Parts: sequence; C-alpha cells; structure tokens
Amino acid sequence: MSKLQNFLKGLIRENPVLVLVLGTCPTLAVSTKISNAIGMGLAATAVLICSNIAISALRNVISEKVRIPCYIVLIAGFVTVVSMLLNAYANSLYEALGIYLSLIVVNCIILGRAEMYANKHGVIDSAIDAAGMGLGFTLALIAMALIRETLGSGTFLGYEIPFLAENHISILANAPGGFFVFGCLIALVNKLSKGKAIKKKEFGCANCPSAAVCGKNSCTEEEIK
Amino acid sequence: MIKNLIVILMTSVLVNNYVLVKFLGICPFLGVSKKINQAAGMGIAVTFVMILATAVTWPIQTFILDKFNLAYMQTIVFILVIATLVQFVEIVLKKYMPSLHSSLGIYLPLITTNCAVLGVTVNNINDGYNFVESMVSSLGCGLGFLIAMVLFAGVRGHMEKCNPPEAFKGLPLTLVAASIVSLAFFGFAGVIDNLFA
Repeated sequence: MSKLQNFLKGLIRENPVLVLVLGTCPTLAVSTKISNAIGMGLAATAVLICSNIAISALRNVISEKVRIPCYIVLIAGFVTVVSMLLNAYANSLYEALGIYLSLIVVNCIILGRAEMYANKHGVIDSAIDAAGMGLGFTLALIAMALIRETLGSGTFLGYEIPFLAENHISILANAPGGFFVFGCLIALVNKLSKGKAIKKKEFGCANCPSAAVCGKNSCTEEEIK
Repeated sequence: MIKNLIVILMTSVLVNNYVLVKFLGICPFLGVSKKINQAAGMGIAVTFVMILATAVTWPIQTFILDKFNLAYMQTIVFILVIATLVQFVEIVLKKYMPSLHSSLGIYLPLITTNCAVLGVTVNNINDGYNFVESMVSSLGCGLGFLIAMVLFAGVRGHMEKCNPPEAFKGLPLTLVAASIVSLAFFGFAGVIDNLFA
C-alpha cells in the first residue's frame, strides 16, 4: 500500500466514524455547530498523530501485557497538552467543547488506531495513517454539523441563512436529531458504497463494545456482515 | 438539603440522561443492547463502577490535586485511577464473590475506557458538587444509563421483526430508533423546573 493510499483510506474507505463506527460520542455531541466540529476534529487529529507516532516509536519497548495502560497514559498526556493549548489560545472553543475535550482520552478512534495500526507499523506510516484517520473524523464531523447547523439552527458558521433561519427544524440541533442524522448518514454511505466500504477486517476486538460479551478473539464473517 | 439531592438525582436520571441527552457511553449503548438481560447487566456494572469511581476520584481531586495545584493532571490521574479500580474490583469479585463475578464480571473490562464513567467523575468536579452530591449524581447517572439501556433493548427486540430498506439495515436503523427513544427523554426537559418550582 503506497503512502498516498494509506492516507486516503481514512477519508472514505475506512472512515473511522461512518464506516468503522468509532468515536460516536463526540460525533453526536459536538456536531451541533460547524465551528465546534472543526475544532473537535482538529484537536482529536492532533492527539491522534502524536499518540500514533509515540506508540509506534515505543512499540518494541512496551511490553505486550501492559500495553493498554501505557497507551492510555500516553494519550492522556497528549490530551492534557492539547487542552491546555486550547485553553490558552482558543478559549471560546475550549469552553464550547467542555468535557468532550478531556474525553478524547477514551475516544475509541485513538486507542483503536494504536491497537490496529501503530503497534505494528513504522513511525512514518503510523503518522500518515493518523493524519488520514484524523482528517476522516474531522470531515465526518463537519458533514454532520453542516446538516445539523444549517437545517437545525438556520445558520452557517454562525451567519444566518435567509430562508432557513426563519424555518429551522430545531429538533435536528437537539439530541434526537443527532442520532437521526448520524443514522441517515451511515445509511447514505452504505447506499453509495454498495457494501464495498463496509469491510470490518482488521477491526480488532480491543475496542469492540461487545468484545467481553461475545468472548471470541475475532469476528466471524457473518457477524461482520 | 434533601430536596437538593432529589433534584440532582432526578436531573441526572431523566433530564440530563447520559446516553440519550449527553451522548456519553454510546458504544455500550449500541453494542450491548441486543438482549435485555445483557443490557441490564451492563447497566448495573456501569452504575457500580460510576459510584466507586466517584468515591475515589472526588477525594483525590479535593485533597491532592487541588491542594497541590495539580488540577491540570486531572485527566491522566482520573483515567489511571478508574482503570486500576476496575481491575482491582474484578480481582476482588473473582476471589470473594464468584457468583457476582460470573454475572457482572464480563462487563467490567469494557468499562475501563467507557466515556460515561470518566465523564461523570469530571462532571461532578466541574459542577462543584460536594461529596454527598457527587455520590447522588453518579448514582443518578448510572440509573439513567441502566434505564436507557433496558428501554432500548426492548425497542431493539421489536426491530428484529421489521424489514427496512437495504441501506438502513443494522446500525442506521438502530440509530434512528435511538433517536425516537431520545425524543421521549427530551420531553423530560422541563420536569425539574415545574416539579420543584
């Protein structure tokens, strides 16, 4: 796989949000405004690139048995750095993202990429993978926010849109609309890709929410479908 | 005092439901809600861990981090404490309460990186709650999570029978159903103001 393919796979074919369905919590929570979506996406991308580089560089040092706690500490460190930087230089964004900023630590995309990619590949490949995945996350967030902000609040980046501002569907900007728009977007990706993008191979059990319940080491072909 | 605690409890169970309103803990909500008994097991385990985590992290924040001006270490310390705590609880349950371990134990490793647990501990600090208020709030958040999981498992049971368009099969339909359940909780928004006015 060339470097370019490695970068591009995160955008569409293995989009972390719409195809791998990782990191759903921040996607639903901060996508009410486009500005928040961009900020969240870039913050998570920064953490993802740093953590992928660090984990890939340390992959021969960290013992197999204690790798998850080590990864979490590394990630938490980078999240703290990013949130302190935002607090200092972009305080309004810091206030808007609130608790979701520190929750980047438990964002499954970051731990997921550490498990699936960074601990098996070299530093440069891991950095490219992280940049692609981070950009894919940001684009998916922007797509969600574009729908929810323009239709839900009738604004675009805070500027009012003439007709929509008077006739906004405010439920889209609230919690139920988040689930609804997300469901529809995934269905749209399913439809457009005609099942081509939906291949959860390499999708390790480390971050699968049902891993402990299912008790197996890998998903069977049927479960992936 | 009591009224204040009841308001905190009701707010965190219904109005600020962690899953359906604040979007925390979506992964287990979507992943482990296929069967009611699994959903209930997960909900109880999360409630248990939330209360324990708050009982440990609140004193750490107040007596160590705030006292020595280390508040910026909050994220790192909390996630480590929660991860260690979950491991510890699992070992203790396995040794002394095998029956409880066999019913709750399988859910415990999942909870380490559950954002709802980290979220509740951080929120309690941000909201400036005292120790008792924090405990009540985490009990409420856990119960809210349990209720949402069990309700949604019931809804999913009925979804098995319907026949949606090809593209909506699986996760998209689940999310649309979640949106409708969330709409029901959205109706609680004014309850607290009117009930305790």
